[in-house]
Amino acid sequence: MSQSDILEGLAAILEEVAGVDPADVTVDKTFIDDLDVDSLSMVEVVVAAEEKFSVKIPDEDVKSLKTVGDAVSYIQRAGVAA
Amino acid sequence: MTETPRQVVVTGLGATTPLGGDVASTWEGLLTGRSGVRRLTEDWVEQLPVHIAAPVAVEPPLGRVEARTLDRVQQLALVAAREAWADAGTPEIDPERLAAVIGSGIGGVLTLLHQYDVLRERGPRRVSPHVVPMLMPNGPAATVGLAFTARAGVHAPVSACASGAEAIAYALDMIRTGRADVAIAGGSEAAIHPLPIAGFAQMQALSKRNDSPHTASRPFDKGRDGFILGEGAGVLVLEAAEHARARGATVYATLAGAGTSADAYHVAAPEPSGAGAARAIRAALRSGELTPADVIHINAHATSTPVGDVAEARALRAALGDAIDGVTVTSTKSMTGHLLGAAGAVEAVISVLALRERTVPATRNLDALDDEIDLDVVSIDNRSIPAGAALSNSFGFGGHDVCLAFTP
Repeated sequence: MSQSDILEGLAAILEEVAGVDPADVTVDKTFIDDLDVDSLSMVEVVVAAEEKFSVKIPDEDVKSLKTVGDAVSYIQRAGVAA
Repeated sequence: MTETPRQVVVTGLGATTPLGGDVASTWEGLLTGRSGVRRLTEDWVEQLPVHIAAPVAVEPPLGRVEARTLDRVQQLALVAAREAWADAGTPEIDPERLAAVIGSGIGGVLTLLHQYDVLRERGPRRVSPHVVPMLMPNGPAATVGLAFTARAGVHAPVSACASGAEAIAYALDMIRTGRADVAIAGGSEAAIHPLPIAGFAQMQALSKRNDSPHTASRPFDKGRDGFILGEGAGVLVLEAAEHARARGATVYATLAGAGTSADAYHVAAPEPSGAGAARAIRAALRSGELTPADVIHINAHATSTPVGDVAEARALRAALGDAIDGVTVTSTKSMTGHLLGAAGAVEAVISVLALRERTVPATRNLDALDDEIDLDVVSIDNRSIPAGAALSNSFGFGGHDVCLAFTP
């Protein structure tokens, strides 16, 4: 799956879960400080991303996903590995 | 020499009820005698012995994203609190002097039950990370405390159907003792679901007049056969009188006093003589430095159950003596149904309006007063009342008795 497909998918999830404007979702943004996604909503984002992209994101890996770009790269790698 | 406790006044009102989405439409519904009870249309209804309830008239007007992390009981509390806060003039206040006290009888039971279904059907990974803050009984208090940055304290009295009144009593105490200057206080409930309905029905607590929703809630009437499960929220802004004066706030009424007691008799049935309730009523009068002769109006708890309404009538006579004969009594549950943990708060709002408008809404469906109810219950036409004190009673499973006393 291409980087832009993943970015678009994440933007849709963030809009659904936290009301984030898809136009604000760019690779340099941090989930917590820039997009105002709290730690509970972040869990929802992760679970929705697992379902959407058919990947596994273990809880211990979630804290390394600071920016949207971190998540895009992670999902891309996990998708290849799967 | 102890300092005189601070006087506490009501400066804001908010409500969302089966009669309307705000205070004005609820009051209008009461004056015109509308019923908030209706036949439920959900597909689970037919398996139940009870097919009627009193849902809120207006779905909570919240944004999708705001609503998805709040249980319905939190949403209703937030709606009523926003109205009350705006009504109070959106006071500027030091957050450390603002308290939020919102009770609930059951808490986020709809979330609890729904998420249990999710767990069983889709597994633990699909359970919402918001489930615990949504189902906890202090959820509505936490939601309101966060929304208005209340840092003097956020509290959530839980005493079944007395929760809303107990929250107001607790907030009164906080302000009197100087722990807060302003409190957003009330109750919220949202439990219209087959499990609570089946449970209350098994207790024989609910009316089974399925074919006549509008006449099913009949407090004090000979033909009453149980209460109607309702949902909603009521909120008051309570304020130290000197604080309200200093900012030029409009004052609805004074919360003169509150009394609480317990039956310790049975987990669900009231003590038949009403002795426990009578002690709460006397305590409210003492707390407000009132005598029975000061009381002109009572908003009764009277839920329309055969046992409860009689016990309350006995309690009122025991507490007020012959003075009860001159008191205009009503049960607005004849129109709203029984809002459980929100009931005491919504009825506090109604009592304040009755004092201010000098009008008591008539009890509906009172065709024949029960012989054991020796009270002047206003029926058919609303009644004008003179200036005086109003009491609002609330009693809850667990033997909780609460009485609030308001004066102009």
